[in-house]
Formats: sequence, structure tokens, C-alpha cells
Amino acid sequence: MDLRYSDVDEAFRARLREWLSSELPKLPVQPARDDWSARRGWDTDWQRRLFDAGYAGINWPKEFGGQGATPSQHLVFLEETTRARAPYVGVNFVGLLHAGPTIIAEGTEAQKTDHLSNILRGDEVWCQGFSEPQAGSDLAAVRTKAVLDGDHYIVTGQKIWCSYGQIGDYGELLVRTDPDAPKHKGITWLMLPMDLPGIEIRPLKTVLGSSEFAELFLDEVRVPVSCRIGAENDGWRVTNVTLAFERGTAFVSEMVDALRLIDDLSPYVTDPAYRRELGHLAAELDGVWALTKRNVTQAARTGVMGPGSMMIKYAYSELRQRLGELSMKVLERDVLAIDAVGEFVEERLRTLALTIAAGTSQIQKNIIGERVLGLPKEPRP
Amino acid sequence: MNFDLTDDQVALRDGIRSLLMGRFSMERVREGFDRSMFDELTEAGVFSLRADGFSWADSVVVYEELGRACVPGPLVGSAGADAVVDVIEGRSGDAVWVEHLASLDRLLTLGNDGIREIPAASLIGAEADWPLDPLTPAHRVESLPAGELVGTASEASRLLNELTLLTAAQQVGLASALVDMSVGYAITREQFGRPIGSFQAVKHMCAEMAVKAEVARAAVQAAACIMDDPDTGDMMRSLHGAKIVAGEAAIMTGRTATQVYGGMGFTWEVDVHLYLKRAWVLETRFGSADTHADAVAEMLPQPEPSQR
Ligand SMILES: Cc1cc2nc3c(=O)[nH]c(=O)nc-3n(C[C@H](O)[C@H](O)[C@H](O)COP(=O)(O)OP(=O)(O)OC[C@H]3O[C@@H](n4cnc5c(N)ncnc54)[C@H](O)[C@@H]3O)c2cc1C
Repeated sequence: MDLRYSDVDEAFRARLREWLSSELPKLPVQPARDDWSARRGWDTDWQRRLFDAGYAGINWPKEFGGQGATPSQHLVFLEETTRARAPYVGVNFVGLLHAGPTIIAEGTEAQKTDHLSNILRGDEVWCQGFSEPQAGSDLAAVRTKAVLDGDHYIVTGQKIWCSYGQIGDYGELLVRTDPDAPKHKGITWLMLPMDLPGIEIRPLKTVLGSSEFAELFLDEVRVPVSCRIGAENDGWRVTNVTLAFERGTAFVSEMVDALRLIDDLSPYVTDPAYRRELGHLAAELDGVWALTKRNVTQAARTGVMGPGSMMIKYAYSELRQRLGELSMKVLERDVLAIDAVGEFVEERLRTLALTIAAGTSQIQKNIIGERVLGLPKEPRP
Repeated sequence: MNFDLTDDQVALRDGIRSLLMGRFSMERVREGFDRSMFDELTEAGVFSLRADGFSWADSVVVYEELGRACVPGPLVGSAGADAVVDVIEGRSGDAVWVEHLASLDRLLTLGNDGIREIPAASLIGAEADWPLDPLTPAHRVESLPAGELVGTASEASRLLNELTLLTAAQQVGLASALVDMSVGYAITREQFGRPIGSFQAVKHMCAEMAVKAEVARAAVQAAACIMDDPDTGDMMRSLHGAKIVAGEAAIMTGRTATQVYGGMGFTWEVDVHLYLKRAWVLETRFGSADTHADAVAEMLPQPEPSQR
């Protein structure tokens, strides 16, 4: 058991660090926070730079245009880019961390050729249309209906919380293709070209006042059958492939970011009781970070994430809530203007969602209890 | 980076675990620490790990198992010694609590000037007749003798770090056992016609405990790896962090396990209270979570002096 990165990993780190220090100063000025088409341009420009420098799709297999980095190099990549304050994946999140890996695992040859390199280059932006007003935690209850008509599905329904809905080229779409089957057995995974007729996109304003999320209203949208990933009615299994990626390393940069935020907040913390709480939070985040390394090691050895992967998201998101609360206490009356002091208040608001999005903390605890600890499931009605 | 137990470490863990299960049953543990326990652990190599070439990463694996089995005694102080030894922080003249005094050969104290050695026979104190942990007898020594200087200040701080690490490993073991006990109980105990572990309120308590224990284990093992190979991290920060999260995990899992067990958790018969009481005892040794948190905060960027 050791924490020493290999020489190869360290060489990778050194090269990346050098590239970041020369590339980051060249970035254009960031666009206004709620100008999403400009932000799409800015985020995809960064993705293009990563691509040109040979860092795009860091953990994607080489044969699909990725870098084939080992899990430990992937960690190094996330550590270094976050510490250097390189841009966040932003609008590329769904394509790089969700849809792309799903297409790699489950897509046809044609789907791979059509999408993977576009995603890596920043030429194609994806949004996620899983959740529905009536299907959040109970995702398998999706109702959006798809009826086969020749070589098209006719899709009607409503989606909510569609990240980057207004600016996405494609959406990940879960639809119900067999209303009579048990709920997990009648779902299909479709790629939704966002420019098809019959799609209405309404921005959903969040507590931050921003609108990177959208509601989608789908009215008899004709989606080609060639857009289906996996078999008809096999969409729940495909969804779990997608979500497993999210559980892997999708949250690592959030965690490194949290450690950075602790350093940023620290100079404002003068009250000894608050400094003590800050020390506790730093220690606990260090611990979750160590658990992440454990998990990455297990993934490298066995090919599957260890049980820790189901704990990390829960642990770090709850810690972010505490850190957010501490920031509010520390800043006192300066919280009255969101941008009066640093990003702390904005972060407090943003992190309210961390224990909700991508599976609420309660759902995470159900999963830990049942899948990791082997506790009996709740009786279903 | 291979931050997972090696095959040798798995074998080490399984070996010590089966030894403890065979010879240190809860019935025996409940009788408290005695010389025969010390001799058997010595024979098993528990106190000579470092001398026998084991790393700190190996050592925390073993000490976690001692915690899991709730083995009582001055186990951390005796590490590396050929006698029953405990180590406390304190200076000449201090009023202190000494654990296991009747079994000790000597006491070491860690102070600013270094390590001091005091023969157990020269320690005078009254034994508490109602100790918190029935397996950790405590003597109140009103005035600590000066003892003899046997180590430098830097040796004292190194020893303190090592003992802090091993204590944190024991705390992880306590937490881990408490998780296993609670999950086992939640699966077998039925109310309202179903296992209590199928109720979310209980399931979520178990999940919270498991996360605390898992994070603590990772933190302690990371600190051990850094002690073995100091340029792979910030040793002091990881050590403070390990003691914080391990101490909190042990106490939190003890308290929560009591809740999972319901009324049985409040009985002398069920082992949970022994683990929780040990967790509280270990929390007082080599710095509490709060004092370590203050130390971590000292390592973070500081406010301008004018603001303080
Ligand atoms: C910022 C943000 C971004 C998001 N991004 C996307 C996205 O890009 N694409 C997408 O498809 N979705 C996205 N979501 C949706 C997200 O996945 C859901 O909000 C989440 O799964 C919870 O569903 P819900 O909102 O319907 O709440 P509900 O499921 O109605 O939950 C309400 C409350 O009930 C609790 N609860 C529900 N079921 C149980 C249970 N079985 N046991 C215990 N407690 C339970 C929950 O924990 C919660 O406290 C996003 C959400 C947010 C806030």
C-alpha cells in the first residue's frame, strides 16, 4: 500500500503542468454568467484546446480518440487542472462524462463515428433528459412515451432539469416504449437531436437566478430509430451504465475544488470556533480524497469501482453543505450581496443542489445500505 | 500508486484477525488486560512490528484489528517495547490519569524537553472505583514524578506522531466492528414483521456509520503511507486528519450502534457500550479531534494579523 505516483505519472504531471501554465494565460475573457450561448463558445473553445494538446477524453480508450490514461493519470489530470484553476468541463460535461462513455460502451459503429470525435473536439454539446416532473428519484418511472412508426419513434412527453438544454445539439433521452411491461423493462435510451420539430425548450431558473437547466416539452417528435442506444426496452440497463460513470470520477474535480475553497475561505476565518470547524472540514475532505484514491486503485486492479464509489458522492456533497454554511457564518453581513466577497455565497447557493442532483443523499444512503451493506430492501407496495 | 492492501497485507490482516478471534474472545476481553495477554501479543509479534521490518502501513492494519477485537491494554505504548509500557503527555508535577497502572512496568511521558521514563513502582495514585471503560482501569496520580530523561524533544515528537497513528488505527477498528455489529443486528432483529434494517431510518443510520468508518480507514492508511514515504504527502496534516476522522468515526458509530440496538444497546450484556467507552477513552489520548482540527486550521492560509 503506497501513495507514490509512478515515474510515468509524474512525467505526465510535469508535462501537463507546463502546458497549463502556458495555455491558461491565453484564454479569452470569460463571458457573462448567464449568457449561455457565449458560454458554450467559451467552454468548447477550452475543449478544443485540450483536444489539440492531446488531453481530450483523458480516460476514454485510445481507439475512440481518447488518451487511454490509467485511473491514476486521470486523477493527476483532475488534480492539476483544478489546482491550476483551469476551466471546468462546463457544457461538455454531459458529452464527455455521460453520453460519450455510454456510446463507447453500448453504441453501434456508426454512432461511435458520428459522435465521439465531435464530442472530444468540442464540436458537439450534449444535454441530459432523464428526469421528469413525476420521475426524479424514481427515475424508472419515466412516462415520456415513444411509439414506433416505421423507422422513427414518435416521442411525446416532458423532461425537467435538462442540463444545458438550450444549447445542446443532442440530448440523452429516456423514453417508455412498453407501457405494459414492469417499469424497469419498458424503457429505451435515445439520442435526441435537439433541432427536431416538436421540441419546446423552456429555461428553468434556479435559486442562483441562472438558467443552464431547461424543461423540455416533446410533442410528437420524430426521432430516427438509428438514434437508439442499445436494444428497445433495454434502456434501464444502459442507464445504469451511464450512471456508473458518474459515480466513478465525475465528482473528483468538485472535491479538489472544495479543498481549494477551504484555502480561499481560510484567510477570512478569524473566530476560533469557525477555524476549528474549518480544520474539521479540511480533515474530512482529505479523508474522502484518500477514499477516492483507494477507489481508483481498486478500479485499476479489477476494472470495477469499489464499494467506496457509492460513498464518495454522499460524503463529499454533505461536506460541501457544511462548508457552505460555514462560509455564510464567516462572512456575516457581507452575505447580503452575493458577489461582495469572493465566490463564497454563490458557492453556498450552488452547493444546495449537490445533495439533490445525481441521486439525493437519501437515495445514496439507500444504495449504500442495500448494495454495500446488504441490508434488506424496503417492501414495495 | 497502489492505495489498497497488498496481498501480504491482506494475509497479515487475516492472520491477526483469526488469532484474535481464536484467543481473544469477548469473554476473555471482558476480563481485562493482564500479563498473559501481553505475552501472547508479544509472541504474535504485535509489539515488534517495526523491528521485524513491517512498515507503518502494515502496522495500522494490525492495530485496526486490535481495535476491532476491542483488545484492552496499553497496546500503543507497548509498541516497540519489551515491557508493558504506556505513554502519556505530561510534565513533572502534573496531576494525571494513568491507565492500567497495576499492569505497567514503566510509564513514558512526552514533554517539551523530551521523553522521560518513570518506573511504574514510583507512581502513587488512587484507582478509580468506577472507571468509564470497565476494561481500562484508571489511577489518579496527583503529582507526576520527574523521571529520567531518555529521549530528546525531537524523539518525543516523533514518538507522539507514531502513537497518534496507531491510536487512530485502533479507533478505525472500533468503528468498523460497530458497523458490522449494527448491520448484523439490523438484518436479524425483526419488528412490525420485518427486519429493522429494511426501515429506512435504520438503514440510513447504518449507511452513515459505514461511510464514516470507510473514510476514516482511508485517512489513517493514507497517513501511514505518508509516514512510510514522506514525500508523498503532508505528513502532519494527514496525521492530524487521521486522528480527527478516526476518533469521530469511533464515537459516532458507537453512539449510532447503541441506537440501532434499541434497548439492548443500553445493556451491559451487549458489547456496544464497551466499544463506545473505549472510543471515548482513545479520544482523550494524544489529542482530541478538536485539538487536531485546530492544528489543521493552523496549517491553512492565515488571516492578516490585524484581523485576528
Ligand atoms: C442542479 C440540478 C441538476 C440536475 N441535472 C439533471 C440533468 O442534467 N438531467 C436530469 O435528467 N436530471 C437532472 N437533475 C434532476 C435530479 O436528478 C433530481 O432532482 C433528483 O434525482 C431528485 O428527484 P426530484 O427532484 O424529483 O425529487 P424527489 O424524487 O421528488 O425527492 C424529493 C425528496 O424525497 C426524497 N425521496 C424520494 N424518494 C425517496 C426514497 N425512496 N427514499 C427516501 N427518500 C426519498 C428525496 O431524497 C428528496 O428529499 C438535476 C437536479 C438538480 C437540482
